[in-house]
Amino acid sequence: MEIQSVIDYLKGYNGRPVSLMEVCGTHTAAIFKGGIRSFLSPKIRLISGPGCPVCVTPTAFIDRCVEYAMRPDCVLLSFGDMLKVPGTKYSLTEAKGEGARVELMYSPLEALDKAAAHPEITYVIAAVGFETTAPVYALLIDEARKRGIGNLRLVTALKTVIPALTWLCEGEEVDGFLCPGHVSVIIGSRPYEELAERYRKPFAVAGFEPEHILAAVYDLVRQLEEGTHAVHNYYPNAVKEDGNRKALAVLGSCFETGTAVWRGLGEIQGSGLYLKGEYAEYDGGSRNLTQDMKLPSGCRCGDVITGRINPDQCPMFAAGEKDGHAGCTPMSPYGPCMVSSEGACGIWYRNRV
Amino acid sequence: MCIAIPGKVLEVDGSTAKVDFQGNLVDVTLGLVDAKPGQYVLVHAGCAIQVMEKEQADEIADLYRDMETVLSR
Repeated sequence: MEIQSVIDYLKGYNGRPVSLMEVCGTHTAAIFKGGIRSFLSPKIRLISGPGCPVCVTPTAFIDRCVEYAMRPDCVLLSFGDMLKVPGTKYSLTEAKGEGARVELMYSPLEALDKAAAHPEITYVIAAVGFETTAPVYALLIDEARKRGIGNLRLVTALKTVIPALTWLCEGEEVDGFLCPGHVSVIIGSRPYEELAERYRKPFAVAGFEPEHILAAVYDLVRQLEEGTHAVHNYYPNAVKEDGNRKALAVLGSCFETGTAVWRGLGEIQGSGLYLKGEYAEYDGGSRNLTQDMKLPSGCRCGDVITGRINPDQCPMFAAGEKDGHAGCTPMSPYGPCMVSSEGACGIWYRNRV
Repeated sequence: MCIAIPGKVLEVDGSTAKVDFQGNLVDVTLGLVDAKPGQYVLVHAGCAIQVMEKEQADEIADLYRDMETVLSR
């Protein structure tokens, strides 16, 4: 099949209106970068899901990280996305301005050599992520234990995608799902099969090139037209049916599942990952970080994350004052969706016309 | 957050590999995959998370060739 035929089909689609959710924030960004919407009929709506781990992290997590960063004997390590997310009093960037020690990390594994070189300092990692990142934290803690490095802690807000997809299938009006590509590298394409069967919805695993995404969208629309609900993999180079077994084994040896709070979705049982057994001594107090900030009236973070509205339908979206609210922008965000490079609001803001 | 990019393994030293990302050489941890020099690995947060079987251009060409077969499954 030629890509032009796929585009012609998607552009000319005139069946019933369909809503397809791209679960992953990296897909949301790739959809804008590739101009995917310009290839779609107005009857095909792409909606963003809760797949930006920063966006679904409750405020209590930021507060715990800030608390550590302010301590004279601690250094807080974080990916860049978390730094500007508002906490109750400070974001990590604001805390740094008040003298806290916050360092940007490229890989969590950097913490090993830092901690080994400075035993007088406790290195605390703001460990956010889904199944893509969680095995890296597992490797880190396993290695720390083997090397006898004790001055390392993780504050975790690690989440698993399947329980959130189940939540969405139960309550939201989504016709089909574009599965998160790099989460699927780890978990495989098989876990979606039960959801596809139970909720009779099609799932397509996609990579991040425009060609991958177009293929997956085409597949979902065709499946909906034909009334099928299979799981198809359009990222076979990286995603296997059983995922990365080695990574899953490492993950399972260090973490156990538990309840976690997702901003906009609430508490979901079994959706959090927490250090277990002998690894639990590396936990910096990650359980029960459920308290979330009271979002300003008008803020519709929850509706954006669940795809009920597009970001530009939120009354606070973008600069200026609208409906009595100050605008929400990446420079002065109200919620994490506007801060993170993979948050739906931030992506829409940067690509607005 | 879940960004991962493919690079070519140049050499392997224990659990670390030197990986070429279009001319940028980066040390990557191999704890989650078994990779050999010459293979492409998908790298996330300093760690290889998968060995890629094909180069991306070939993967995409195959994807479109096989699309109708996949859809009929």
